[in-house]
Amino acid sequence: MKKLSKSDIFWTFVRSNFAQGSWNMERMQALGFCFGVIPIIKKLYEGDERKQALKRHLEFYNTQPFVTAPIIGVVAALEEQKANGKEIADGVINGIKVGMMGPLAGVGDPIFWGTLRPITASLGASFAMGGSIFGPILFFVLFNLVRLFVRWYGIKYGYTKGTDVVSDVAGNTLQKITEGASILGLFVMGALVNKWTSVNVPLVVSTIHKQDGTVAVTTVQTILNQLMPGLIPLLLTFMCIKLMKNKVNPIWIIFGLFAVGILGYWTGILGM
Amino acid sequence: MEISSVQLIAIFIVSAIAGMGSVLDEFQTHRPLIACTLVGAILGDMTTGIIIGGTLEMIALGWMNIGAAMAPDAALASTISTILVIAGHQSIGAGIAIAMPLAAAGQVLTILCRTITVFFQHKADGFAEEGNLRGIDICHLGALGIQALRVAVPTLLVAMYVGTGAVQSMLDAIPPVITGGLQVAGGFIVVVGYAMVINMMQAGYLMPFFFLGFVIAAFTNFNLVAFGVIGLVLAILYIQLNPKYQKVAAAPAAAVAASDDDLDDDLDD
Repeated sequence: MKKLSKSDIFWTFVRSNFAQGSWNMERMQALGFCFGVIPIIKKLYEGDERKQALKRHLEFYNTQPFVTAPIIGVVAALEEQKANGKEIADGVINGIKVGMMGPLAGVGDPIFWGTLRPITASLGASFAMGGSIFGPILFFVLFNLVRLFVRWYGIKYGYTKGTDVVSDVAGNTLQKITEGASILGLFVMGALVNKWTSVNVPLVVSTIHKQDGTVAVTTVQTILNQLMPGLIPLLLTFMCIKLMKNKVNPIWIIFGLFAVGILGYWTGILGM
Repeated sequence: MEISSVQLIAIFIVSAIAGMGSVLDEFQTHRPLIACTLVGAILGDMTTGIIIGGTLEMIALGWMNIGAAMAPDAALASTISTILVIAGHQSIGAGIAIAMPLAAAGQVLTILCRTITVFFQHKADGFAEEGNLRGIDICHLGALGIQALRVAVPTLLVAMYVGTGAVQSMLDAIPPVITGGLQVAGGFIVVVGYAMVINMMQAGYLMPFFFLGFVIAAFTNFNLVAFGVIGLVLAILYIQLNPKYQKVAAAPAAAVAASDDDLDDDLDD
């Protein structure tokens, strides 16, 4: 009876932190996945069986890198059963990998890239822009704590539950988490569009000399701010979304906005 | 500013770590908050590094690799722009502006490296035929090494030549209308990142929460922590009240009723 030890699982966990190291245009994370499960293959197989196992895990694979953890766990459980003589075809293990990677990426992308990182990063940046070292540390610690937690318990969970995980992926819980994270992410994005942007249109609309000698200058920006502060950044955001939907590379949009900034500053329409 | 050889070695190591971070996307060492801070610390002006990092981080907020699509590269943009600001005596605004073409260049370089890595993938197939575990490890880590060099080598070159007269006069030749305009653009360039995040979520039906966040921010002085808590509460309420998830709602409802009774009892006392 071959059994994976705690240290095999631990080393798989350590290696899985390097899952994307050999990301390539042909098979994406295939080599990275194989690199991750090598402690498992080493323990369970020898000779020809080992070669078969290595080849099996060099097939095309790609998902959000943190949610790969439960998949690694399930694969560990399946490989353990297979090594102990249970009839599991190579295609089944790959089928489960490929079947889980799509739905899990759909969950992982909005949670980690859409919510966790923007929120921890903007929180860190809000301290960092004042020059405080607390900002970078806060971002680094918060993000990595969550990430390592998800990696470690993801692998454990997948390993203990085995193929039952597949039905969990299809269930309600993940959908709830994804939807909740999207709400939180979009809410904070709304706040950021308003607060962490600055546009000033200093064009003077009217200059009134009051009787007490003070001068009240009304610029376009004063009027816009009375209407709704942050209106221009909001419109710009939607313009960007529209352009991205039409497959315009974001870096070109950035250059375009730089050009707008230079032109606006030169003509005096935009100010600091 | 002359950069000593010890500093050059340290910059090489830090930018190699940033390069690895950019492909791994795990420890986030490629993010401006981390990379700029570290480079700033090496050059003896960590505070400036942190400020550049924070400013650049907001711009790069939505730069993420989704599926097979590569984002602009934060690693190269962070390391080189920090060197140009601190050792090249540029304003932070100018540094941010220079960072953008660097991010585009980094993006092209990483796609190139990820294409070269196909060779390592095929090499690994060969090692699998032989059952050679060590060989597969070397292929994987070798590819990671290429990504490290992708950032470390260009950064080192910039660090070596930033002190020379030619680079200095080139940087100083940028007219003030450009630097001023770039600074103005810096105020709203961040919306590209926000738009990338919103676009990725692909949840148009949840956009009311975006507008709510926008309006609350417009008329209050709440900080980000407050927004995080409100957003979390809204998310939980939405999930709890959504009819879509209400199949087994009877039991929790009973529990709430019970706790209400307890509260009533307490109030009676």
